[in-house]
Amino acid sequence: MSELKEELKAKIIEQLNLEDVSVADIADDDALFGDGLSLDSIDALELIVMLDKDYGIRLSDPKEGRKIFESVQVMADYIKEHRTK
Amino acid sequence: MKKVYINSIASISPQKTFDNNLFLDEITDYNNTVIFAQDPDYKQYIPPAAARRMAKGIKMGVVASKIAMDEAGIETVDAIITGTGMGCMIDSEKFVSAIIDNNEQYLTPTSFIQSTHNTVAGQIALGMECKAYNFTYVHSAISFESALLDAKMQLENDEAQHILVGGVEELGAHTTKVHRTINHIKPEAVTISEILNSKTEGAVFSEGANFFVVSNEKKESCYAELVAVETFNTLKKEKVSETIESFLEGNNLKAADIDVIVFGNNGDVDFDDFYNQLSEGIFNKTQQVFYKHLVGENNTISAFGVWLACKILKTQSIPEIVKINEIKTSEVKTVLCYNQYRGQNHSLLLLKKC
Amino acid sequence: MSKGVAITGMGIISAIGNNVAENYDALINARKGITRVDNVETIQRSEIMVGEVKFTNDQLIAQLNLPTSNNYSRTAMLGAIAAKEAIADAGITDIKKYKTGIISGTSVGGMDMTEKYYYEYLTEKAPQKYIESHHAGDSTQKIAEQLGLEESLVTTISTACSSAANAIMLGARLIKSGKLDRVLVGGADCLSKFTINGFKTLMILSDTFNTPFDENRKGLNLGEAAAFLVLESDEVVKAENKKVLAYVKGYGNANDAFHQTASSDDGDGATLAMEKALKVANLKASEIDYINAHGTATGNNDLSEGRAILRVFGEEIPEFSSTKAYTGHTLAAAGAIEAVYSVLALRHNVIFPNLNFKTPMKEFSMNPQTELKEKELNTVLSNSLGFGGNCSTVIFSKEA
Repeated sequence: MSELKEELKAKIIEQLNLEDVSVADIADDDALFGDGLSLDSIDALELIVMLDKDYGIRLSDPKEGRKIFESVQVMADYIKEHRTK
Repeated sequence: MKKVYINSIASISPQKTFDNNLFLDEITDYNNTVIFAQDPDYKQYIPPAAARRMAKGIKMGVVASKIAMDEAGIETVDAIITGTGMGCMIDSEKFVSAIIDNNEQYLTPTSFIQSTHNTVAGQIALGMECKAYNFTYVHSAISFESALLDAKMQLENDEAQHILVGGVEELGAHTTKVHRTINHIKPEAVTISEILNSKTEGAVFSEGANFFVVSNEKKESCYAELVAVETFNTLKKEKVSETIESFLEGNNLKAADIDVIVFGNNGDVDFDDFYNQLSEGIFNKTQQVFYKHLVGENNTISAFGVWLACKILKTQSIPEIVKINEIKTSEVKTVLCYNQYRGQNHSLLLLKKC
Repeated sequence: MSKGVAITGMGIISAIGNNVAENYDALINARKGITRVDNVETIQRSEIMVGEVKFTNDQLIAQLNLPTSNNYSRTAMLGAIAAKEAIADAGITDIKKYKTGIISGTSVGGMDMTEKYYYEYLTEKAPQKYIESHHAGDSTQKIAEQLGLEESLVTTISTACSSAANAIMLGARLIKSGKLDRVLVGGADCLSKFTINGFKTLMILSDTFNTPFDENRKGLNLGEAAAFLVLESDEVVKAENKKVLAYVKGYGNANDAFHQTASSDDGDGATLAMEKALKVANLKASEIDYINAHGTATGNNDLSEGRAILRVFGEEIPEFSSTKAYTGHTLAAAGAIEAVYSVLALRHNVIFPNLNFKTPMKEFSMNPQTELKEKELNTVLSNSLGFGGNCSTVIFSKEA
């Protein structure tokens, strides 16, 4: 599980081009949107594609993403339960 | 009708021009067919969170706009008007190649969003929180002149007091390769000093951003009065002299009244005759200058010509490196810029000392 | 600056018709042009609906009588067809008689050819002729060439979905300031894999017919189209004894400065654009008889625009409708398409229905006009809102 979380953090940093952030800077429960990492709706769309491409999870409504991307912890839980690859 | 002044300038180009205290004091020589802009310290101007999605063109545009705003000493403007002939090439290439390479699957939105032509103007507005008029002109070599014309009309009619106007282009690797295949880029590397005599077709491609604050009130920092700007979609070689003379006549001037003429020749053997005929013709007794040997060719590089004219008018000096001929002028009061690209999209721009 | 800007001719090609008459006929008969995409090869075909002009490129080439060596993008061909109709409609036989210009809006430009031959350009000679038609200004240069306009002011605006509205705005300014006597203004955009996939990544494409201002709207249908209008000065109208279709009465542009793609929740930019346009027109909000809304049927646009309309018009909102359900969202061309529709509304004193509307939005109580309605119209306000926060409003009127 913690492996998946580390993997997700690295992917978030790379995919979203968060140049000044390292894996160690993101705590499992940090808010990804709003006050935490300050991600926005474009980032949410990027993460939706990542879920599809890397874990075989397809979301049709971007609003669903907002709940799943609350934190790395929530994301990891969701992926563990729904992944098809 | 109000007069229009260029109150500040900013240039990011293949030369070190982003420092307004300098005027081509140090020249970087190139021996290439494609030359890139010299980067200022972008981080000094753009917060990392905002910069993370920006390709080079957007960064250059945003930083050039900040330099111009700082020099004009204003916080906001009544309009932001940009010109870009090719738009955001890097993100466009990224998205097109992703569509093809991944067969339309797993595409992400960022490069698509960043690829639209008005990205730079939109990002400048976003950064400045400026809700004013916001236009982007995308018409090849007259993109910048169209922006300037729009600004000039609004200022003359007093619909706006201060307008940020700029031109920006970035190089995209694939687009560069593609333009080589049709010989729009020179076949062999050339140095600055060789370019006009290269006798080969094509130009040295480049990138950069040139921004200006134009206002209908003269500020302390004023560089020039923008008297007239006109563009022509087509113009036959035989008609250039006549067109320039009638343009000057419309402004109560004759060719002999021009103290400095700024030419847009780029060393393309097929098209430099548009300028050469003027060098030897109506402007043979006029001080002639050029700049594309220093900063290359792109769709809005004529804005660098305006930058050069502004610098000459304000400093009353002409660096040797830009001189085509040597004519003694006691005072530079009136400057004309003429540019065209591949025989199309001609522009004339008249500036006076302020 | 009190000069009138007369509209003396119009031309259009869209998913609901190949000329002005066909478009009008479709509008009053509630005939939409939304189908599956046929002319663009895309794996998204079964997942999206589009407003497509059904001519193939070869058919367009034949219509324009272009030589086989031509390098026209589809955008340029659509634009040329609409531009020619507008010039003919205005009764212009000698384009050089007055100081004339062309201002066009496009976002796609020649992307259709670029995406088709992207890698082939490097190795194949035949498609290389299209390399020069990629840039946005090329389609406008081609339109000028088709009309025989030389040595003139010809330029292109690209402000995403508000491009053509902004072309109208610049044209009006050029006439008012006396820089030009006559100007052809409008826009053209063709469908492309680039925009289909781009909007797909934003997850704002509907898989069925788009439903502007409906609570259950699922997003937009992309469309392709071109439309142009001839604007002329009072002097030309008088000298040529021209029939005036309508006037460009007011215009305004503002930036939302909120987000790169999304509109602000309160529609700040759209509010400012409408307010500026009313000011230029010297009209009160209550003097607007019909609003042709941008209404793309995305969750974000319709809410933001609706709120802006409420802010500007308060309790007294005139009839409003979006015609996107007919044509799809034609991106940079939309402002010109809807300008033609606004002028048709004024000419015929009729309000076109907002098709596919069923359920009112829960955020406000304003509902679009859903049936064709006859009403004496003197002023029509048209909105065009786009990426990069770009918001534009143009007001058309019967009287100068």
